[in-house]
Amino acid sequence: MDMLLDYGKAFLVGGLLCAIGQVLIDYTKLTPARILVSYVVAGVILGGIGVYKPLVEFAGAGATVPLTGFGYLLAKGVKEAVTSQGLLGVMTGGLTAAAAGIAAAIVFGFLTALFFRSGDKS
Amino acid sequence: MNIREERIVSQKKLTEQEYEQLNKKASPNTKSYITIPSAFLIGGFICLIGQALTNFYISLGVVKDEASALTSISLIFLSALLTGLNVYDNIAKVGGAGTLVPITGFANAVVSPALEFKTEGLVLGLGAKMFIIAGPVIVYGTLASVVYGVIYYLIQLFIK
Repeated sequence: MDMLLDYGKAFLVGGLLCAIGQVLIDYTKLTPARILVSYVVAGVILGGIGVYKPLVEFAGAGATVPLTGFGYLLAKGVKEAVTSQGLLGVMTGGLTAAAAGIAAAIVFGFLTALFFRSGDKS
Repeated sequence: MNIREERIVSQKKLTEQEYEQLNKKASPNTKSYITIPSAFLIGGFICLIGQALTNFYISLGVVKDEASALTSISLIFLSALLTGLNVYDNIAKVGGAGTLVPITGFANAVVSPALEFKTEGLVLGLGAKMFIIAGPVIVYGTLASVVYGVIYYLIQLFIK
């Protein structure tokens, strides 16, 4: 039962974050690239002011899978690194926390591009 | 001459209006009562898969933070594979922001241009174009994190 609730919350919060993105696409002239950038920066800000952490605790993957979660990860990484390394952590924290996602995107992106052909856009 | 010029101008205005009308006709699913619920459903479903993956990794005995990182890596892998198979872009036609906002959309934004531009070479084609959208995301994400880091550092100085 608990697990079902987890799935429900992840679906609901993740879906809502995506619906907000769709509202931005439909009613503003924001391009997909700008929306992704906005989501990451929003995640850093919301993570920084401590709003996003409760959302992650509530919704799990519903909050970490959308790109705001990526921003939250950056903020969390910086905070931890500043606590342990001081000023150096300002530079190392964000990208260290984001390393897994960035490296995965590069590696799997590279391999996919090698082994597949560009599909028809029709 | 003047009349002619005016005609050209009015023709241009007409064609601009016509262009917008054509553009509206050409882009389907622009009705928000369709696009927003489908973004909600598909985006929610992707997050649900993420939750299932996280629960799976935790059941294997992985710590929560690491399970979350493994989930991201898994979703990025799946998205890259589905993009390569030309499946993700078909889902994206229906999903809209539901397929853009999750980390799978970020992966898709890396893989799509890498695939498309690999004919331009491994370095300036694949290697460079991979970051057409991911680049700005990393740039502004990192900048925001550094700004936050400086603020957090200063706050800590004053509190101590």
